[in-house]
Amino acid sequence: MNMNFLLLLLDGLKGTVILSLLTFLVGGTAGFIVALSRLSPFAPLRIAAQLWTQVVQGIPLLVIMGIVYFGPAIYGIFAVPPLIAATIAMAIWASAYLGEIWYGCLRSVNKPQWEAAECLGLTRWQRMSRVILPQALRLAIPPTVGFMVIIVKNTSISSLVVGYAELSYNAKVINNSSFEPFLYFGLAGLFYFLVCYPLSVQARALERKLNVANR
Amino acid sequence: MAPGDGAGRHTEERVNYTFDFGAILQHSDLLLDGAWTTLVLAFWATISGFLMGTLCAVGATSGPRWLRAILIGYVEVARNTPLLIQSYFLIFGLASAGVRLPIMVGAVIALVVNVTAYTAEVMRAGIESVRKGQLEAAECLGLSRFQIFMNIILRPAMERVYPSLASLFVLLMLGSSVLSAVGVEELFGTSNRVQSLTYRNFETFIVLGGFYLALTVLMRFVFWALGLVLFPRQRKLGTAL
Repeated sequence: MNMNFLLLLLDGLKGTVILSLLTFLVGGTAGFIVALSRLSPFAPLRIAAQLWTQVVQGIPLLVIMGIVYFGPAIYGIFAVPPLIAATIAMAIWASAYLGEIWYGCLRSVNKPQWEAAECLGLTRWQRMSRVILPQALRLAIPPTVGFMVIIVKNTSISSLVVGYAELSYNAKVINNSSFEPFLYFGLAGLFYFLVCYPLSVQARALERKLNVANR
Repeated sequence: MAPGDGAGRHTEERVNYTFDFGAILQHSDLLLDGAWTTLVLAFWATISGFLMGTLCAVGATSGPRWLRAILIGYVEVARNTPLLIQSYFLIFGLASAGVRLPIMVGAVIALVVNVTAYTAEVMRAGIESVRKGQLEAAECLGLSRFQIFMNIILRPAMERVYPSLASLFVLLMLGSSVLSAVGVEELFGTSNRVQSLTYRNFETFIVLGGFYLALTVLMRFVFWALGLVLFPRQRKLGTAL
């Protein structure tokens, strides 16, 4: 095994972590907006959010990457930096899934809680921020951590159309010169596992811990 | 504008881009071929993934200790590594070890290895959700072990997790686009050829998105109809288990 190859893989791992964090930040913000829009009293906004969720969930991430990467070219922007393109595409993709997860969590806060907040004369904003969100947060944490695993795994797709140099990309580059697929893809898989497995375990533990009331 | 009429493109279209979907749709036979390949992949991966995943779930819930450890280990590894790395590992790995497989077979193997783990996890949750009282009642009624397993454990478990399974298999179909990276000519894989024939990357991806959306709607419809056939109890009573 070549030391340089190992360093290249570790460098790729860094890229994977950076892209995952950016995706979670940007996609999470967008997803939160999607989730709130689906509860909006304004029907067109509600329908738009629903449509967004359905359409994005019906298209592979790889196609979203292509649209985001080649889309700016029609405005004359030909060189989108891969990290930016990958982040935007993954954020679009994640916003649909996180929006759906969080919408479900908001909806599963008991109805009387919504009604009581309204009877007490709280404004919509107060009701959301003081009553519903704190309770929904508790429900939302386990599936959100679970989804972070999916984000980390799907960053691998940004190595394809966009060509962002993360773990899978570097592993492919190494394989092209070393021809030892079992070794280097195995190592790359191991690195992914080392990032994802603790998150999966955490998601399950949190689910048990935060679900005490429903047991 | 005719496809690929060179020099003028950059300066003109930079200011005022004209969409040309016609150029893409001229190659709709290629795209339809790709869509068919995607469906074939998804079909075989769904069938075999479901069968093997169910077997894994049964083994992981009621098998001997060593089998349980192996199966749970496999499920964790497959669920915590990306499909792309799995298919690189399997397809390039097997090729380097001198195993020559048709690319479609390799693709189905990679997908099955991946989706079996997810199915096993979902089915396991379903099997574990069957209440103990149900099993005791079945034993008291004198049902055989096989009957108990098929009718009291497996069928209700499947009915309960059916929506999750259906969306899992739709995600599998969408995820199969990644296999274009190992040279499978499925729907996404044909896009390379369409792009090089038309020089219209953006439109190609928009059209691809439309194709995948149609496949998603089709699969959801099939699973919905299949659910009506498979679970008469639910159809008649209209209540979840």
